[in-house]
Amino acid sequence: MNHVANWALNVATLRGATYADARIVAQRSRALGTKNGKVSSASDSESIGMSVRVIAEGAWGFAASDNLSRAAVEATAAHAVEIAHASARVKQHDVRLAPEKAVTAEWTTPHKIDPFGISVERNIDLLLKIDSQLRAVKGITLAETNLNFNREEQWFISSEGAGIHQTKYSTGAGYAAYAFAGNELQKRSYPNSYGGQWQNKGYELIEELTLVDNARRIAEEAVALHQADQCPEGMFDIILDSSQLGLQIHESVGHPIELDRVLGMEANFAGTSFLAIDKLRRLRYGSDLVNVVADARQEHGPGLGTFAFDDEGVAAQCTPVITNGLFTGYLSSRETAHTIDAERSGGTLRAEGWNRLPMIRMTNISLLPGEKPLTLEQLIAATDHGILMQTNRSWSIDDRRYNFQFGCEMGWEIKNGKRVRMLKNPSYSGITTEFWNSLDAICSRDQWTLWGTPNCGKGQPQQVMGTGHGAAPSRFRNIKVGSAFKGN
Amino acid sequence: MLTQGKAGEIFERIKKFSTAERVEVLFSGGKFALTRFANNTIHQNVAEENYTISVRTAFDGRTARATTNKFDDESLRRVVTASESLAKVQHRDPDLLPMPDAGEAAASAAKKTRQIPSRYFAGTAAITPELRADGVEKIVGIARKHNLTTAGIFSSSESVEGIFNSHNLSDWYTQTAADISVTMLAADSSGWQKANSPDVANLNPSNLAEIAAKKALDSAHPRQIPAGKYTVILEPAAVLDVVGFMFWDFGGMAILDQRSFLTDRIGTKLFGENINIWDDVAHPLQSGAPFDGEGMRRQTLPLVENGAVKRVVYARSTAERIRRSECKDKVGPIEATGHGFPLPNEMGEMPLNIVFAPPQNPQTVEQMIASTERGVLVTRLWYIREVEPYEKILTGMTRDGTFFVEDGRIEGGIRNFRFNESLIHMLSNVEAMSTPVRSSGEESFDMVAPAMKVGEFNFTEVTKF
Repeated sequence: MNHVANWALNVATLRGATYADARIVAQRSRALGTKNGKVSSASDSESIGMSVRVIAEGAWGFAASDNLSRAAVEATAAHAVEIAHASARVKQHDVRLAPEKAVTAEWTTPHKIDPFGISVERNIDLLLKIDSQLRAVKGITLAETNLNFNREEQWFISSEGAGIHQTKYSTGAGYAAYAFAGNELQKRSYPNSYGGQWQNKGYELIEELTLVDNARRIAEEAVALHQADQCPEGMFDIILDSSQLGLQIHESVGHPIELDRVLGMEANFAGTSFLAIDKLRRLRYGSDLVNVVADARQEHGPGLGTFAFDDEGVAAQCTPVITNGLFTGYLSSRETAHTIDAERSGGTLRAEGWNRLPMIRMTNISLLPGEKPLTLEQLIAATDHGILMQTNRSWSIDDRRYNFQFGCEMGWEIKNGKRVRMLKNPSYSGITTEFWNSLDAICSRDQWTLWGTPNCGKGQPQQVMGTGHGAAPSRFRNIKVGSAFKGN
Repeated sequence: MLTQGKAGEIFERIKKFSTAERVEVLFSGGKFALTRFANNTIHQNVAEENYTISVRTAFDGRTARATTNKFDDESLRRVVTASESLAKVQHRDPDLLPMPDAGEAAASAAKKTRQIPSRYFAGTAAITPELRADGVEKIVGIARKHNLTTAGIFSSSESVEGIFNSHNLSDWYTQTAADISVTMLAADSSGWQKANSPDVANLNPSNLAEIAAKKALDSAHPRQIPAGKYTVILEPAAVLDVVGFMFWDFGGMAILDQRSFLTDRIGTKLFGENINIWDDVAHPLQSGAPFDGEGMRRQTLPLVENGAVKRVVYARSTAERIRRSECKDKVGPIEATGHGFPLPNEMGEMPLNIVFAPPQNPQTVEQMIASTERGVLVTRLWYIREVEPYEKILTGMTRDGTFFVEDGRIEGGIRNFRFNESLIHMLSNVEAMSTPVRSSGEESFDMVAPAMKVGEFNFTEVTKF
């Protein structure tokens, strides 16, 4: 495909671009799902196309086409330059790219089993087996399952001489059991809500998730929630399970540290950030126990934010975001690096596909585990009075990322180190930095999971991206609980 | 642009490659461009052209779908094979209906009440990057005039949707669209406006920019007032973003699944007497294709009359299933209404062309303010999510222009609130409405919606700005 990309770069340069890169991307995906004993979705899709990103007159232009003929590729490149000239009419200063060594490289997501090599029959049998376990529990009114496989092959070529060929795989699976009775709908999900667990892995992920083994328990919990007490309202110590904490990290650390938001580039849609640049290395983001990294490297694990190079050819890196509670780093790009006096991009620019402009996206934003051995059960045993909250049900945060509110599927009241009663409709809320400063315990590495969030939306036109979030169950002191259900 | 004639040729090639009993092909795509600005600068400026073919094959109660954006013979053979391979290995579904034929679609078309207006405008299709830059220059000029910073978009598109099946059904729809969204930022406040239309001539970037700027200026130095229950005046964009969450529940499949807040409630008076809602693809302020994912024509339907939910919408197979279900006597009229998603899918159907009926005594937002002793004016809502599905409690934040109203006047900007509010409660407490207008937000699909004055709206927390 390099020759196709070079057609674009040649035309862009001839038309006056001072920088150009081209991405050719071939995507393939499969989605399978069941609902109440039937296949509810069965689809394959493929999409192939190319895009050209250019700087001309110090301004950006971008154009994309599904047509890979030479004439269409050259016309697309010319259109990108035309667009850049129009952009140049409304600018304050020229775009500045941080220097980056041009690299030639090949990389593929490490995987043991190609998910597209597994027969559809086997997958549907698995989903129907889970479905039958869920619906075997009296009181379950709706059972849904899903399996998703993605493969994305990309050729990135730049006018600076980069040539990078990457192939990424991701796999996702999960299920949910709903119980409707009276005037109440309760739900439990496994291994996480809204699509389950997702990682950059092959089919081996499905085998690791022990999906069938957990189905009956999940369904029983959904039914049992109808008999549970309403989560009380007030100030409580709370323990979050690792999947809920993963989403908490996503919303209240991952988004605020996006440097494009900080600089106002997302002000019209996704919003801005409270993390103004003068807060770097000054703000006490969390307690001393809080250490968060943005790590796209393979050694961090198979997160949805793991890759070898980002979509402007910058190698994957690990950026310390919060170090012993101190705010220490942003997610940056070649265009934004100079605003924080960085010599190099942090390598976080990614695009949803061939037809979208790469933008700053979370990689794997992870809370590092506690150093001392501590299991969830030990943490519960060390808690006098609190509420354990499990599996996200709703999430919302303001457009500067201060005030958040999360609801969870299930809670447990803890008294004197023991779970004493199940609670339904648990929720909690707070202000980001106050919340992270209240953290006083993190479970250890053996309790840590690298969760995948496959549906992070950002940008105009909106792009959906997968991000990774490692977390272990953690305890937060004196948190506001239950106001979501105060209702009317 | 892909034409209906070219699509028909592609469909004939696909039929030759297929061994399935039945074949359906959906076409979609077009040209799309968006100029994005922030910090008074165009910082992103994109354009694309892309078309997809989505092939559904069916064999004796088994169906599946495969999609590609390549139209050469090899790619078409591959997408047909992928669809057939997925379909053949499934268990037979006795509820899967044969694809509709042209006669069935024509019968559904006969039920629509009026002609769909043309939504293709050559002026919109002809917008260039230069013309979008002209619009952005005007917006930035207004920002500079007021010492503000602006961010937003100006987009334009030309799109097609089409359907062909092996039962001689075919339909085709072409539309243009333009969007302008403007945020104006001051030191400690902001304002926002958004508009869209199939005809770019209906959009006025300067007017949108001036309104957004006034909101930013008028809400400067926001003060904090305590959370609690307030009378709120929700501008149309705020109304559509919050009420949009309930229309996922206005489908037969949601009732069958018992995940709809309308379960056991259809026919009951759920909202205030003044709430009347239609689904009407033919409304002059609406947009979108007049046929559904199987090619059935979308009917114009009353969903809510005088506060009572009268009916929900149905895809063909959902209508058949619900006729055989225990709830068949509790769901109002049952018939395929032309609101189904492409098969196979989990969600069934939903109404996507929501139109609020004009109130008997419409009031402007200014009149609503003038009649309010103590309340909050909301420009826009943000990050709305469902907290509880049966009482339809939603949470979210105010954003970009939140004002305190006292003794009939705006008394300056206030810090933004978090709300936790039941939609049922909200629509039961609407004290006044404006004439509905075409509205566009970010959390839901576009609607013809009014501004609303609502009593006892539940704000639970205040944020830092």
